[in-house]
Amino acid sequence: MKDILLLMLFPPLAGAFLNGVFGRRYPKALVSAIACGASGLAALFALIGAWNYTRFWSPAALPLRIGTWIRAGAFRADFALYYDRLTLVMTCIVTVVAFLIHLYSRGYMEHEEGYYRFFSYMNLFLFMMLVLVTAGNYPLMFVGWEGVGLCSYLLIGFYFPKKSASDAGKKAFIVTRIGDAGFTVGVALMFWTFGTVSFHSLFPKVALMPAGWDSNALTAICLLLFLGAVGKSAQLPLYVWLPDAMEGPTPVSALIHAATMVTAGVYMVARSNVLYAHAPIALETVAIVGCITAFFAATIAICQNDLKRLLAYSTISQLGYMFLGCGAGLFATGIFHLMTHAFFKSLLFLAAGSVMHAMSGELDMRKMGGLRHKMPVTYWTFFAATLAICGIPGFSGFFSKDEILAAAYNGPLGGPWLYWLGTITAGLTAFYMFRALFMTFHGPSRVPEDLAHHVHESGSKMTGPLIVLAILSVIGGYVSIPSALGGSERFDGYLAPVFFSSEHFLRTTAAHAPSGGWSGLTLMGFSLAFALGGVFAAYWLYLKSPELPARIAERFAAPYRLLVNKYYVDQFYNWLIVRPIRVCSESFLWKRVDAGAIDGGMVEGSGAVTVALGGILRRIYSGNLRSYATWVLLGAVMWIGYILVMR
Amino acid sequence: MTGDIIRLFPEIVLGVSGILVILFAPFVPPRRQSLLGWFALFGVVAAGAADALTARDPGLAFGGSVSADSFSVYFIALFLLVAGVTILGSIHYLERENLPAGEFYALILLATLGMALMAAGLDLVLVFLGLELSSLSTYILAGYRRHDKRSNEASLKYFLLGSFATAFFLYGIAFVYGLSGTTNLMTLARRVGAAGGPNRTFAAVALLLIFVGLGFKVSAAPFQIWTPDVYQGAPAPVVAFLSVGPKAAAFAVLLRVFFGPLSEGSHMAFWLLWLSAILTMCLGNLAAIWQSNVKRLLAYSAIAQAGYILVGFAAGSADGRSAVSFYLVTYALMNTGAFLLVAQLAGGGEGRTEIDDYKGLARECPGKAAVLSVLLLSLSGIPTTAGFLGKFYLFRAAVDSHLIALTIIAVLNSVVSVYYYFRLIVVMYMEEGPAAVSTARLPGSLWAALAVSVAGIFYLGIFPSAFLEFARLTSNLLPH
Repeated sequence: MKDILLLMLFPPLAGAFLNGVFGRRYPKALVSAIACGASGLAALFALIGAWNYTRFWSPAALPLRIGTWIRAGAFRADFALYYDRLTLVMTCIVTVVAFLIHLYSRGYMEHEEGYYRFFSYMNLFLFMMLVLVTAGNYPLMFVGWEGVGLCSYLLIGFYFPKKSASDAGKKAFIVTRIGDAGFTVGVALMFWTFGTVSFHSLFPKVALMPAGWDSNALTAICLLLFLGAVGKSAQLPLYVWLPDAMEGPTPVSALIHAATMVTAGVYMVARSNVLYAHAPIALETVAIVGCITAFFAATIAICQNDLKRLLAYSTISQLGYMFLGCGAGLFATGIFHLMTHAFFKSLLFLAAGSVMHAMSGELDMRKMGGLRHKMPVTYWTFFAATLAICGIPGFSGFFSKDEILAAAYNGPLGGPWLYWLGTITAGLTAFYMFRALFMTFHGPSRVPEDLAHHVHESGSKMTGPLIVLAILSVIGGYVSIPSALGGSERFDGYLAPVFFSSEHFLRTTAAHAPSGGWSGLTLMGFSLAFALGGVFAAYWLYLKSPELPARIAERFAAPYRLLVNKYYVDQFYNWLIVRPIRVCSESFLWKRVDAGAIDGGMVEGSGAVTVALGGILRRIYSGNLRSYATWVLLGAVMWIGYILVMR
Repeated sequence: MTGDIIRLFPEIVLGVSGILVILFAPFVPPRRQSLLGWFALFGVVAAGAADALTARDPGLAFGGSVSADSFSVYFIALFLLVAGVTILGSIHYLERENLPAGEFYALILLATLGMALMAAGLDLVLVFLGLELSSLSTYILAGYRRHDKRSNEASLKYFLLGSFATAFFLYGIAFVYGLSGTTNLMTLARRVGAAGGPNRTFAAVALLLIFVGLGFKVSAAPFQIWTPDVYQGAPAPVVAFLSVGPKAAAFAVLLRVFFGPLSEGSHMAFWLLWLSAILTMCLGNLAAIWQSNVKRLLAYSAIAQAGYILVGFAAGSADGRSAVSFYLVTYALMNTGAFLLVAQLAGGGEGRTEIDDYKGLARECPGKAAVLSVLLLSLSGIPTTAGFLGKFYLFRAAVDSHLIALTIIAVLNSVVSVYYYFRLIVVMYMEEGPAAVSTARLPGSLWAALAVSVAGIFYLGIFPSAFLEFARLTSNLLPH
């Protein structure tokens, strides 16, 4: 059982290696067969492992030490994996979605340069992601954390001759690096405080702390770790890299920037639930940041005309929901939404990729419209995913989003305003998603003449995964039917061994008692009403009277401009951080310090001295045997002489 | 008696297989000479197994003249690694250069036997015998390309200067005997401990005489002078062997003698070690900058590497000694690999060894260029390679022993070394070809040898812990 989960790590690594080193010479069919085979095997192992574990093992965590990695003084980090139900859920989500996206990429990337490079990076990404979710201590988790960051950088910049793509790659790398710095400091502080960084010795240690135990250090650790999550999962204020990351190929956006990597932050918070339960201030911060991000990103998404960027803002918003669920103290809700979101958001991206394929790379929704007849499969799958993300009853998003909103309302750290902001966001989500659906697939065609005849449905290599993901997006929610509807919340029950003690601890110690009042059904009713309101507004504005949006934009010019320009955050960062650094680096550090002092004085100067000295010294190597013997003798005489003189 | 034999088992296996190789050689048809190589490799592997066997039952043998302990097990394993990789890397070379294979492998095995005796011997006379056995074998090996003038010159120079230096070693042993009436290190340790032990000054003189003899082998300044000529002239696979094996063996003896019974005298010699470390690093690195020939460049680099090891040696602490042991292994991996690859790239008659011959190699043979780059990066001590950690441990031991100035000079020296190591990488990757070096496919056996080197470099560079524990055991110099 342990071995099969360990085995899961190898196919992606081997695939990345084979394609990366030899792929250039392989035919495309072999490259994709290796990559898809590797991810498929990983998925198979993950599923078998999960089934096996659930069926035959006690739900307690299963640490698996493979060997020593770092040992320096008291610090110790092993190659250790850690299996519990959370790990298993994550590995299944990651490998299954990755497998489907690999299959899709066979078609999508067919005519691209660097086919082998793409698949090699994708497999490497999958490996790193699996390291991240199976790691048994924070340093090893950080290896995966950085590894997926590297793959993300490589894949965003996949079309690196294009400047915007390579810039976006760099931006993603640098912005997430800010968060990573926090993460590293957090881990260091953790070792300093608790003397360990491994899950199976750290968590029990923290869990045994009494309720009134006050630890600023733990709060600081949790906040620093969360800073890492903010960077990786694109939350306020470090979300700016994710929209730009859409420069990468669309399967990458679907896999890395929607379904898996960006959810690593959520996973990390859920994994550290014991720590956060004992640091309620940090946990509340998680909830607040998540909730505000969800709302903030949704407002930007409303005015986006670029289909992929709209989906990117939507991802940021949905990630905010997941943090809201975790932060409210009900971690399982966050993970549940992570799962359903992985299905429907990767589907949305892949469908957008299919549209993009048909439109020769065009992503501006103002140049689309009426595509539903020409691309029926893409349309219906996109439609299913839209219903799911909007939380229409019966679709997966409905179950998970309602759980989160319920958690925001009556979770241990929930509160009314978190609930209401979340519910308003649900309405906004429905509005912008249906706006995208209507603008792309409905109404009269606005496709330019030269493209119109080219528009076609994608091949079965691409539509196949779309259909599978659509099915998952529909039924994915039924694993956890809310108790308000007579269900038993089986998903939450499944994860209970991981989260129960933390959630229980929070419930008993939370500063404010859960706000009673409305029942689950009432809450559901509210959010449904908001969602339907959003759908109706989108219908009214974009199908019924399409001239209205322009008039509204004219009427409310100032707020409209603010939204279209995404609150000017990018410009603000540029002005506040990037410009000063550049000016300082260019005029002072580069021209004066580096070129002047270091290069001119120290490097050139010391280099010249070194070379000259070498020129003199090498003359002793004359090649003459007698002179060599003399040197040896002289040396010996001097040495013995020294001893005799110094005794 | 049986116990004695088991404790000397690796040496016995080496000796027997060396003799067998010579005996078999006339009966092996000329086209099948590689069989001898595989047989010799088998001998090395068997000796490795024997070495593992002795590790299970440590103790003295043959009246206390030989010791099987963690120290000897570690160093014998190191010699076997070097011998094995060299043999693997030479199989194709000997065929290409049309050199007789039997004697070559036999001499490698016998030299390894000599080195093993140096590491395992507790009696200085036995150590001397080991030294002579390994030296004589390598003198012959250096001149193995008999029809090449440079090879002959290398052999002769190595032989004459080597004999000269060995005389000092013998003189040192004589001093030890004169001081204490014994040449056995264990007995010596007991007598030094007793009241009215030997005169401190003469102990120091004895030590220094020994250091002259062995310092010659490790190319420590001012006895490093022969190195470039010999390394440039000798066949490259031989250099792969003799730049590492005898050096490690000599360091093993130096460790035992300096920090064992005569440590009293080594305090007096401390500043000489300090000076020698600095001179060795500077004389190696500064001269390397000027080289245009790859073999000669690597020869100077080998001198500089010995200097880094001497830094740990000067530190003298247990940490310093285990850092020396650790670094010797990393050095073995990278230097052997580098010389073997250079031998292959040099082509028939070793005609292509100028740096300019490597222009644009990366474009034509990306694999070879990448392997060579890894080896050079490790030699220059770039992180994630073993070379970095090895240097790190050496320098940290020096800092812990408060040798701050020495450490600073050592670090500056590694900076200088980056210049010439990277120059080769730059030539391979950034200059226009066509490469003049041989671009023929790597033979499988050489591939395997290089794979061992590269894998070892990354393994030790990323997961040093387990191995470091092993190296730490060698700081117990004498059996209890």
